[in-house]
Amino acid sequence: MNAETRNWVAIGDLNDIPREGARVVKTDAGCIAVFRTVDDEVYAIDDRCPHKGGPLSQGIVHGSSVTCPLHNWVFDLATGLAKGADEGSVAVTAAKVEDGQVLLAADDLARRAR
Amino acid sequence: MEKKKLVVVGNGMAPGRMLEFLFDKDPDAYDVTIFNAEPRVNYNRLMLSPVLSGEKTYEDIITHGDDWYAQNGVTLHKSARISEIDRDAKSVTSENGITETYDQLVIATGSNPFIIPLPGKDLDGVLTYRDLDDVDKMLDAAKRGGRAVVIGGGLLGLEAAAGLKMQGMDVTVLHLMPTLMERQLDPAAGFLLEEEFKSRGIDVLTKANSHEIVDDGTGRVKAIRLDDGTEIDASIVVMAVGIRPSADLAKSFGLDVNRGILVSDDMRTSDKDIFALGECVEHRGMCYGLVAPLYEMAEVIADNLLEGASEYTGSVTATKLKVTGVDLYSAGDFAEGDDREEIVLRDASAGVYKRLVLKDNKIIGAVLYGETADGPWFFDMLKKGTDVSEMRETLIFGQAYQGGAPLDPTAAVAALPDDAEICGCNGVCKETIVTAIKDKGLSSLDDVRAHTKASASCGTCTGLVEQLMQSTLGDAYNPAAVTPMCGCTDLGHDEVRRLIKSKQLKTIPAVMQELEWKTSGGCAKCRPALNYYLVSDWPDEYADDYQSRFINERVHANIQKDGTYSVVPRMWGGMTSSKELRAIADVVDKYDIPAVKCTGGQRIDMLGIKKEDLPSVWEDLGKAGFVSGQAYAKGLRTVKTCVGSDWCRFGTQDSTGLGIKIEKFMWGSWTPAKLKLAVSGCPRNCAEATCKDIGIICVDSGYEIHFAGAAGLDIKGTEVLGLVKTEEEALEHVVALTQMYREQGHYLERIYKWAKRIGYDEIRAQIMDDAEKRKAYFDRFVFSQKFAQVDPWSERVSGKDKHEFKPMATLLSEAAE
Repeated sequence: MNAETRNWVAIGDLNDIPREGARVVKTDAGCIAVFRTVDDEVYAIDDRCPHKGGPLSQGIVHGSSVTCPLHNWVFDLATGLAKGADEGSVAVTAAKVEDGQVLLAADDLARRAR
Repeated sequence: MEKKKLVVVGNGMAPGRMLEFLFDKDPDAYDVTIFNAEPRVNYNRLMLSPVLSGEKTYEDIITHGDDWYAQNGVTLHKSARISEIDRDAKSVTSENGITETYDQLVIATGSNPFIIPLPGKDLDGVLTYRDLDDVDKMLDAAKRGGRAVVIGGGLLGLEAAAGLKMQGMDVTVLHLMPTLMERQLDPAAGFLLEEEFKSRGIDVLTKANSHEIVDDGTGRVKAIRLDDGTEIDASIVVMAVGIRPSADLAKSFGLDVNRGILVSDDMRTSDKDIFALGECVEHRGMCYGLVAPLYEMAEVIADNLLEGASEYTGSVTATKLKVTGVDLYSAGDFAEGDDREEIVLRDASAGVYKRLVLKDNKIIGAVLYGETADGPWFFDMLKKGTDVSEMRETLIFGQAYQGGAPLDPTAAVAALPDDAEICGCNGVCKETIVTAIKDKGLSSLDDVRAHTKASASCGTCTGLVEQLMQSTLGDAYNPAAVTPMCGCTDLGHDEVRRLIKSKQLKTIPAVMQELEWKTSGGCAKCRPALNYYLVSDWPDEYADDYQSRFINERVHANIQKDGTYSVVPRMWGGMTSSKELRAIADVVDKYDIPAVKCTGGQRIDMLGIKKEDLPSVWEDLGKAGFVSGQAYAKGLRTVKTCVGSDWCRFGTQDSTGLGIKIEKFMWGSWTPAKLKLAVSGCPRNCAEATCKDIGIICVDSGYEIHFAGAAGLDIKGTEVLGLVKTEEEALEHVVALTQMYREQGHYLERIYKWAKRIGYDEIRAQIMDDAEKRKAYFDRFVFSQKFAQVDPWSERVSGKDKHEFKPMATLLSEAAE
C-alpha cells in the first residue's frame, strides 16, 4: 500500500510534542508513543518495550532512537527494531506532519486493533 | 508456549557462566530462579586474593550486578539456603521458606573449605579462605595487626599469606609437606617459591604438623602449637588446606554421591532432571577446583538444557599463582618416570626455573617459575599432543626462539596458531578474540572482555590479550586510553568536565559540536551526564534541558516496573505531624493509591500512582505544606536524624535540629549521583550516619563529620573528615564537601567512589585544612542554590510541563462514537 491510499487521522499539533520528546495516544490497540526528533521528524511506535513492558514514551530520545526508561533497551524509531546487543522489536505506525498537524495511519491502527 | 522453569541452587562462577551460555543460545527458553546462600550477586571468586591484598575492591570483582539479573529476568533469592529438594513433586524449599517448582534443576553448591580437626578449631579467630565474608574477616583482623598463621602452603594458602602480609600483618605459613605447592610444582620450583616468600618477610615452615590451636582463656585464638612442641603466637589462624565438594544436600535427597555428586558425561546426576556442575561434582573420578573445567561443564549443561547432546570428557588444567610479583605457571604431569625425559633451564641470577616433562616426544608437563610468558604456548602443545622432536634443542627457550631471531612479545602472540588458547579460565582461543576485535570494532580491553570473556576471570592473561589487540589493531590500540563517557565520544568524564569549563561550553549542542561528538544527538548515557555538568558548572546561565533528563527527574516522581509512579513528599529531617499524616492518608484514599511504605531515609512513599494523577496528588499534598522529597533525583535526597538531645537521654547535641537545618539549606541541589545524609546525636549512631554519603556524629565536644560511606550494592563504613566545634562549622564543612563533589564527580559516581578516586587525604586537605578553599566551595554552592531551590511540584501544579502528564489524543472506538 502506498502513502496516497492510506487513511490518516489527526492527533494534534506538532508543537504539542516537545522536541526530543514524546506523547502518548490512547487507541484500541493500546498506547502509541508519538515521538518528535530534534529536526521535527515524527515517528509512532507501540508504547511498550518488548523486554519488560516499559513505557517507551518516557525514554530519552536521541537522534532517531529512544532508550527505554526501565532497562535501557534502545529502539530505532523508524523501524521499531532494538539496537545494539538486544533483540526484539515494537510495531510501527506510519506517522507524518502536514500543515503543522501530526497524522497517524488509521489503517495501521485498525489492523493492530483487530 | 509456557516457559519451562529452571531452578539453580548456588550462585557461584560456574552457574553464572552456565546462565550466560544459556541466555546466549536462547534467552527465552526458561524462567530462571536462583537460590544463593550468600547474601550477594555473582562475583569473581578467583579475584578474592587481590581484594585481600588491597589491589582490588569488591565492586571491581562483581561479574553480574543486580541489573544483570533484572535484564535477564532472573529471580535471585539472596541469603536463601536450600533445605529441601522434593524430587517427586519437583520442587525445592529454602530455609527461609521459599518454595519453587522446577522442570530442570541445576545444583552448583560448590565446595566447603576443609577444616582440620585440631583441638581449638572452633575458637574465635580461626578462619577459612573461601568467600568474601572470609576476606572481610581477615581484613578486619589485619587492622588489629599481630601475627597471622596460615595453615597450608598450596595455592590458596600462599595467596592468603601474601595478601595478609601486604595488609601489614606478620605472617607464618605452615605446610605439612617438604615443599610448597607440591601438587603443582616440583621440589626445585617449590624451593624458589619458598625463598621468594621468605624474602618478603613471610616465615615458611615446611614439614610442620599442627597439633593444637591454643585458647587465650576467652575463647579466642592465642597461639598454635606444633607436634614438635613449637608454639607460634597468632592473632588469627587461617586454614587453607583444601576444599571438599559440598554434596551433602544432594546426598540427603537421594542423589548418588561419592566424594562429590556423581555426574555422567552429559552432566546429569542420577536423576535425569537434575544437573550438577562446579566444585560439588565428581566426574570420571575427578573433582575440580579450578575455573576452566567448571566453565567447560557450564557450556555442556547450557546446551543440554536446550535439548542438545553435549558431553564433557574431563579437563587438563593449568595453574597460575595470583600473587603480585611472583610468576609461576604449571600444567600437566611432572612426576619423574623411566619413560620420561625432562628439559630443565635454570638461571639463578634472574631467578628463572623452567622444566618440561616429555614422553614420546610430547610435552606432558610444564613448570615455569620467574618467566611464564611461554606457559600458554607449552600448554597448547601439551593439550594437542604436538610432536616436539623437531624443536627439542631450543624448546625450553620458548616460542620466540623457534627459528630466526627472537620475537618481541607482540610478534610472539601474533605467531600463535589460531586455535591457541589465550584465556584458560574461559576457554577462549586466539581466533575468537581476533575475530571479535575485527568484526565488532573493539578497541578497549573492557570491550574485548565483554564480548569474548577473555581475561575476564582471573585476569592473568590480560597481557596476552593486550598484545593480541596490539597486533590486530596496530597503532589504533592505545592501552593508556581513558574509558570514554560512552560510544558517542572518545573523551572520558574528566576531560569533558575540564573542557566544558575551559572552552566555556554552555549548551549540550555546543559541547557536542566543540568536542566532536560522533553521534548527532548523543545517547541516554551522555545526555543526562552533560546536562548535569552544565547545570553544575553554569548554574545561572544554563537552561536545564529536561529532554536530557531521565524520566524520574522529568516528571519528579519515581517510575515503577508497571509504568506507574511513586511519590515521596519531603519530611525535613524525618520529622512529621498529625496534620501531615492526615493529608497523606486523605490523598491515599482519594486517589486509590495501592501501597504506602516507610523508606530507609525516614520518609513515606506512596506507590502505584497513575501518571495522569500526579499533578492533582501534588496539589493536595501542597495544600498541607508538602514539597517534593526529590526521592527520584541525582541530588540531595534525605537527611536522616535521630531524636538527639531533644528527647534521648544519651543525646549530646540537637541532631534533629541540625539535620533539618542542613536539609533546608541543601534541598534542591543536583549532584553527580544521589546524596543521602544523616546526623546522629551520639556515637550510638541511631541515624546510621557511618554508612551514608555524608554523616555527622554528635559528640560532647562538637560534631564529627564523616563521608564516603556506602550501604547499597557495596557496604563501606565512612571515612572521618574531621571534628568541628559548632553547628555553623558543621554546615559549612558539609556544604563545601558537597560542592567539591559536585564539581569533580563523574555523573552517576557516588561520593565514596569519587573520594576513593581523588584520595581521602586530598579531600581532607581541601575541606578541613584550607579555610579559603572551603569558603570558596561554600560560596559557589550558595550561589547555585539561588537557581535550584524551586519546588518542582508546585511549579507543575501551576501548569508547567502539562504535556508530560496527559495523553496527546484518545482514539478509542467508544470515544469516537
